[in-house]
Amino acid sequence: MIKESKAMLLTGNHAVSYGAMLARPNVLPIYPITPQTPIAEKLTELQLNGELEAETITPESEHSAMAACITASLTGVRVFTATASQGLFLMHEMLHYASGARAPIVMANVNRTIGSPWGFWPDQTDSLAQRDTGWIQYYSESAQESLDTVLQAYRTAEQVLLPAMVIHEAFYVSHSLEVVDVPSRTLVDSYLPPFDPELYLDPSINRSWGNVVNQEMFWRHRKALGEAMDQALDVAAKADTEWKELTGRGYELLEAYRCEDAEVLIVTMGSMCGTAREAVDMMRDQGTAAGLLKVRLFRPFPVDMLQNLLKGVPRVMVMDRNFSPGLGGILHQEVKAAVCGMEKAPAVHGFLTGVGGLNVSPALIASLVKRTKLKQADINSIWVGEEDGE
Amino acid sequence: MENDKHYDICEENIFSSGHQACPGCGQALAFRYVLNTLGPDTIAVVPPSCAAIISGPQPYSSMRIPVYQTTLESSAASASGIKRALKSKGKDHIQAIAIAGDGGTYDIGFQALSSAAERGEDIIYFCMDNEGYMNTGTQKSSSTPHYAYTTSTPGGKTTMKKNLVEIMAAHQIPYVATATVGYLDDLVNKIKKAKEIKGTRLINILTPCLDGWGLTDSSAVGISRLAVTSGIFPLYEVENGTRYTLNYGADGTPVSEYLKVQRRYRHLQEEQINEIQAEVDLQYSILKRKIACFA
Ligand SMILES: Cc1ncc(C[n+]2csc(CCOP(=O)(O)OP(=O)(O)O)c2C)c(N)n1
Ligand code: SF4
Ligand SMILES: [Mg+2]
Repeated sequence: MIKESKAMLLTGNHAVSYGAMLARPNVLPIYPITPQTPIAEKLTELQLNGELEAETITPESEHSAMAACITASLTGVRVFTATASQGLFLMHEMLHYASGARAPIVMANVNRTIGSPWGFWPDQTDSLAQRDTGWIQYYSESAQESLDTVLQAYRTAEQVLLPAMVIHEAFYVSHSLEVVDVPSRTLVDSYLPPFDPELYLDPSINRSWGNVVNQEMFWRHRKALGEAMDQALDVAAKADTEWKELTGRGYELLEAYRCEDAEVLIVTMGSMCGTAREAVDMMRDQGTAAGLLKVRLFRPFPVDMLQNLLKGVPRVMVMDRNFSPGLGGILHQEVKAAVCGMEKAPAVHGFLTGVGGLNVSPALIASLVKRTKLKQADINSIWVGEEDGE
Repeated sequence: MENDKHYDICEENIFSSGHQACPGCGQALAFRYVLNTLGPDTIAVVPPSCAAIISGPQPYSSMRIPVYQTTLESSAASASGIKRALKSKGKDHIQAIAIAGDGGTYDIGFQALSSAAERGEDIIYFCMDNEGYMNTGTQKSSSTPHYAYTTSTPGGKTTMKKNLVEIMAAHQIPYVATATVGYLDDLVNKIKKAKEIKGTRLINILTPCLDGWGLTDSSAVGISRLAVTSGIFPLYEVENGTRYTLNYGADGTPVSEYLKVQRRYRHLQEEQINEIQAEVDLQYSILKRKIACFA
């Protein structure tokens, strides 16, 4: 383990900026949006100070930012960008274009409610609505994890040639200060080699991208994209293990916290994991065998790993800080699909907690665990307000 | 005008025969001179348009340079990304260009283009202006001229053609020019000139579309000459937003000569033709005043 780092007091967003700086991107096309803006501002500041050598592009929209990310990446250089909610939605067409072009862009997304009406609150619907775009998706619960994940994301993305999103929530993570270990350049350089793709846009290589293809070629292309996603599971796991060897910090793809002999296993993502951990400790102290299963990698969804961790678990309780109208909680649906066909599959309960950025307290979580123990699982996700725990 | 301008067309053979443009298409001719004049140190961005069809379906390519096909509204942003990446790698000598249609330029791609120009991105943008969405079967764009028939303006377009060149000149970029396939010497000279300049450069090339305009197979070049001599599409350039130069302009040919050979204007009454003539005369006199003012 190389102990080379500097402790700094950073917000989640600034931690992302330091992570991006350490990855040495060549091109940075970024468009500002609350609550992502501090990521962009810190990067331009680091560039001005000479700590980051990169071409910054200040386009008129997120759509153009992503368009420039894709071509810069295809020209063979490392790129970084960041966005949130409306910006991510404006990029939607280009998100598909990026994965189709197999451009290993790394982008931070700060989860924010989507209009209308306007809001600035933590809600994961923005990034979850991009789940079919062919991007690897990591959900982070702390500033440190966000910094570390940016670097892990580059390792994974560049090995499988798929773009990756590092996601944390507005304010709870993006603007909260925390002591963060910022690793040294030497350490990061030893972990993340320069981006050196075999093919890129260059007259000396003379290859093109994007021409019209026939059905069979399209089919093959989609299949290859799927195989790269499958491969990303092992690559991401290895990227995490190696990061842990270097820094002592690893997060797993799915983290099992006090899951032994759990009567109820809480499954969630992002900032609610921190609260759930506290609730689990509290319940364990009071004799309730609750545990937490944190989903850190949402795409590709680690189905095999999840099934293994859920073996013998009687009840699962999914908490979703997102909402798909007409369906319910998105993670709830994904977990139900993942356990389908399992021998002695757990009952899967789903709660829409913290939608729109509502606070979710450890007490509320404890009351939902209690309810999960007593009641049959509903097919649908159940709405939970702030008062419902009392 | 200066008809004695010397030019040589170097045929670098970057553009190949066997592409899928309609035989006689004005745009294919423009492609040939654009690419062969620029040479091999070029990377092209092409959005959906007839230009994308001419580029070729996988695994074929009509161009012996790397081509990236982007989305309809992203040409200028995509070319910017390529150029910045090249710059960061020390390969600044390679040109990043966009070859887009008028729809992809005047309409849906305009926001990205305006921003790239404002940022001074070091790209050359070629607009293949055939005055409509031809790839989707001839719908109007904001480049479609007054009274022209398209499938989305079956009674004739009720508004004027947007003046892209003036808008781009207002961005004060180093080089904006009009060109057309009836004057290949002028086209080539403008490409050569643009190639030597740094910053955002745009050449709007009038490329007659046989099907969309209702032309015979062999008339693209002739009609493009009439567009110039009637004063409808004067060939000029604007440097740094202020220096106007007229290269080829009106010679007194009435606009009716230009209109009457195109199916898209078949429905016009004399009154409407007179109206178009008056509009063209006005615009032409404004252009001449600008040229005189900045001379
Ligand atoms: C976002 C989006 N909307 C619509 C289309 C469909 N489309 C493809 S080409 C085209 C027209 C392009 O017109 P223009 O740029 O003038 O090129 P031309 O076909 O005339 O060469 C349209 C509308 C698309 N590809 N993408
Ligand atoms: S439709 Fe018009 S612009 Fe397109 S290839 Fe045919 S002639 Fe050329
Ligand atoms: Mg067109």
